[in-house]
Amino acid sequence: MKIPFEHIQSAHCENGVTTNLLRHAGITQINEPLAFGIGAGIFYIHLPFLKINNGPAVSFRTMPGQIFSRTCHALGVRVSRQKFSSKEKAQAALDACLAANQPVGCQVGVYYLTYFPVEYRFHFNAHNLVVYGKEGDQYLISDPVMETVTTLSSADLQRVRFTQGALAPKGQLYYPKQVAAVSDECIAKAIAKGIKHAAWFMTETPVPILGVNGIKYTARKIKRWRDELGYRRAGAYLAQFVRMQEEIGTGGAGFRFVYAAFLQQAHAYVHKDELPEISKQFTAIGDAWRASSVQASGIYKGRWTEQKDFDTMGDMLLEIAEMEKKAFKNLLKIKW
Amino acid sequence: MKKEEVPQDPSVLDKFTKEVCYAVDEKGEYTTTLSRGWQVKADALGITWQDVEARVEEARQQIKNGARSPIAYFMEVNMMDLAMVSAYTGFWQWTIKRHLKPDVFKNLSDKKLQKYADAFQISLQELKNF
Repeated sequence: MKIPFEHIQSAHCENGVTTNLLRHAGITQINEPLAFGIGAGIFYIHLPFLKINNGPAVSFRTMPGQIFSRTCHALGVRVSRQKFSSKEKAQAALDACLAANQPVGCQVGVYYLTYFPVEYRFHFNAHNLVVYGKEGDQYLISDPVMETVTTLSSADLQRVRFTQGALAPKGQLYYPKQVAAVSDECIAKAIAKGIKHAAWFMTETPVPILGVNGIKYTARKIKRWRDELGYRRAGAYLAQFVRMQEEIGTGGAGFRFVYAAFLQQAHAYVHKDELPEISKQFTAIGDAWRASSVQASGIYKGRWTEQKDFDTMGDMLLEIAEMEKKAFKNLLKIKW
Repeated sequence: MKKEEVPQDPSVLDKFTKEVCYAVDEKGEYTTTLSRGWQVKADALGITWQDVEARVEEARQQIKNGARSPIAYFMEVNMMDLAMVSAYTGFWQWTIKRHLKPDVFKNLSDKKLQKYADAFQISLQELKNF
């Protein structure tokens, strides 16, 4: 059985799943930047006591599932979301949805995902994909970060749906139910809500590891890494940071560009004249993040090994934090 | 980032897919374009894997010297920590710490070893005859 489903590739998995599922449900205005902006996906956190793959734990995205939930909520779409304790029940529920012609979003772990390159398979449990059919033992998969649709055997799908560790997916399924037609005014309202939420979160939360403060926190940490860890480990830490910042599924700089694209599109819906200018600011911020990655790569490639190189890296992040603060404050100032 | 600045460096993705990137075109409008990869990212990934290999090698040496049991090696190969092995096998973390001692490992029943073999996706023999 195969449900007609349009696969649109996206930069980030959850944006893509959200976009593709909502489009399938008839909300044709939605695209990746809109889903990302309305879902307030832009984010920063540095978790000080946690290590991921023996490196620092930073995230440029909200908790998994939130982009989908917030976007649907803002557009007045009811969501069905289920977790399972038993693998058999999880598969039965998936099959039942497919039988009812409903493509389903799944949270999965990347480590056992057979169609990913081996080099990309880490224990990361918050990847998202859509199952849109089943032929024999093969499930038809639309993974939005891949160029084309693909397949997984039922055993392979079972395994990735029940990976263990941080953020274990527990077979999680989600899809929009009860979708009414969405007007442009409704989208404009949702956009305003998303912008306010993100701007508030990035600048107004009085927690030192969140948002703009979190970026400063990381910057100060980086300056100390060389003394605390020695050059080699500090380099490995930076490499990990850059992977978090640029890689498939996360991507700090990438997210800034998506956000800039969102603000540009938002202008057509909400007609606030500040938006194109702020969009340019976010483009500049994305470029600054990329420049910091280049600086970091100079360090972990062993070209630059001095303390002053780490200081430069830290200062670049401090500057980015200032740029972001300014941009988000500008968003907060908009009168809706 | 301008559209023509989107990096197109060879990467491990080449045989699998390309990445979507958002970039600005000549008119200043955002558009999407596909990227093969970026050297800066490829290097970061390379360093991370070197790190994993070093840890695997270290575990191999420790087992050779009789300091730890083969479970340590497969944990590093699979990049699993105690919490994750615990979740996959159902053993407590302190139990796994005990099983990491060669003397304790030696006397483990096949039933218990099978749980580890399943978690690491290897056969019982591979685990026993390391």
